[in-house]
Amino acid sequence: MSERVAVRKTYKLFIGGKFPRSESGRSYLVQDANVSLASRKDARDAVVAARAAVKGWAGATAYNRGQILYRAAEMLEGRREQFVALGVPGDEVDAAVDRWVWYAGWSDKLPQVYGGANPVAGPYFNLSSPEPTGVVAVVAPAAPALLGLVSVIAPAIVTGNTVVVAASPAAPLAAVTLAEVLATSDLPGGVVNILTGRLSETVPTLASHMDVNAIDLTGVADADLAADLEVKAAENLKRVLRPAPVDHDWFADPGITRMTALLETKTVWHPKGV
Amino acid sequence: MRRLPGMTATATSARSDLSELGRSETALRTFLHGLPGVDQVGAEQRAAQLGTRSIKTTAKAQAIDLAIRMVDLTTLEGADTPGKVRALAAKALRPDPADPSCPHVGAVCVYPAMVPHVAEVLRGSGVHLASVATAFPSGQAPLEVKLADTRAAVEAGADEIDMVINRGAFLAGRYKEVYDEIVATKEACGDAHLKVILETGELATYDNVRRASWLAMLAGGDFIKTSTGKVPVAATPPVTLVMLEAVRDFRAATGRQVGVKPAGGIRTTKDAIKYLVMVNETVGPDWLDPDWFRFGASSLLNDLLMQRTKLTTGVYAGPDYFTLD
Repeated sequence: MSERVAVRKTYKLFIGGKFPRSESGRSYLVQDANVSLASRKDARDAVVAARAAVKGWAGATAYNRGQILYRAAEMLEGRREQFVALGVPGDEVDAAVDRWVWYAGWSDKLPQVYGGANPVAGPYFNLSSPEPTGVVAVVAPAAPALLGLVSVIAPAIVTGNTVVVAASPAAPLAAVTLAEVLATSDLPGGVVNILTGRLSETVPTLASHMDVNAIDLTGVADADLAADLEVKAAENLKRVLRPAPVDHDWFADPGITRMTALLETKTVWHPKGV
Repeated sequence: MRRLPGMTATATSARSDLSELGRSETALRTFLHGLPGVDQVGAEQRAAQLGTRSIKTTAKAQAIDLAIRMVDLTTLEGADTPGKVRALAAKALRPDPADPSCPHVGAVCVYPAMVPHVAEVLRGSGVHLASVATAFPSGQAPLEVKLADTRAAVEAGADEIDMVINRGAFLAGRYKEVYDEIVATKEACGDAHLKVILETGELATYDNVRRASWLAMLAGGDFIKTSTGKVPVAATPPVTLVMLEAVRDFRAATGRQVGVKPAGGIRTTKDAIKYLVMVNETVGPDWLDPDWFRFGASSLLNDLLMQRTKLTTGVYAGPDYFTLD
């Protein structure tokens, strides 16, 4: 009997809940695996998918979003060994699961902490409530591969944004495997879209795209590229998160700033009767 | 004349006097049923193949501007108000207010009651004013009502009338009745152009589409149009291909050129360019003009404008920067 040939995996993009190859047909090698090399058209398609998902995701109840994210944490836990096999340390996987659960819990609490009633000098109830910004482009940090990724995706989507993530070119395997986790977590297609490949190809397209509302430059290591991206982002006044400092401790308590940076405040004046 | 794959033999077989056909039910039936059948697989494959052409850079820019000029900017909703149609007419005149080099659209298409409001805005602009008539979209009304509907639209200022054929009569085989209705509507139009809506989604087969196309052209239609946009299946590439072949063969047989208007379901620039490729490859550049080919659409225009902006600025545009229809 002939010896069985193992089925090798191609790491594809994650766009609109599906796993397409790059429209360019290109791929590159990482850790002996074929990974799609996304083009600017893939970036455009990802934005279209993310935009289409905004209405349903931002319109879902905070409770429902929290449940779905908690489900993602469950799935992540179940794939622990797979991440370890990719070279992600076990304690990092644990930290990533904990981080995901921690952000999931914020879904229906953030509006209470960050919004509320404002005292005003007039016969009005004045209420502020945080609203998602919309489509957020995210450049994921290169390391830690999984925890870094979870730490930038979870805070963006928990409040109702949808994201297009440019995975680190050096560590795309954890990103695509995380996409497989998300695809089995009841997360609606398009809420998270993941592009692998060169940052210089996809990220400028995202930064200049008029239908992207915010850009998180956390994973951009090159200062010149970061400056260029900020200039591009200024064209339609995107919210910009600056690159993370090199010595950033991803294991420390992240605080709520990553969530609040991607929110708009809606304030309602309601006339008060006698 | 170019002879292309899939071309039918009707051009030669129909040289007999076509104007006589409308006189009797039998002659019409004999002629229409004598048209060669459409090779369904072949038509679909040909249409799909023409959709694979890659149109880029300067050719794309040209195609986008041509497609904008060919748009019949349409609103046919029960909720249309004078304000909404006026806004639509203003958009038709200047689709991209930020760019004066952007051409105006071909026409605005509205219900007859809305025609006067649009006419005010479009007067003297070169943008045509089309109105649906003849009990659109079903066409299920007495002939007198349909003709009155048509006359009212023309009097109110429409210079193009989009009529629907009587599908009930057509499917029952009463071709003469359909023919006479088109002739009567054409007469009621006066100087206005008549577009005949076949509603191909209800005709079931490509053979019927070919027959209805010929029937509409024989009866004097200036344009043949696929759909009302009110039934689930609207314009599809193979249906449009069959209709383009019909207008090509009709011109070869009679010398009269008839326009084609696919309507409904064309939403993206990519789709529009596929249709333009099909026009060029099937009937040739004579039809690549707003006088001979139109798109019935509403959301298509915004996508064309976004693609146009992408070509001029180099960055992808977003729908936030274009008007909602």
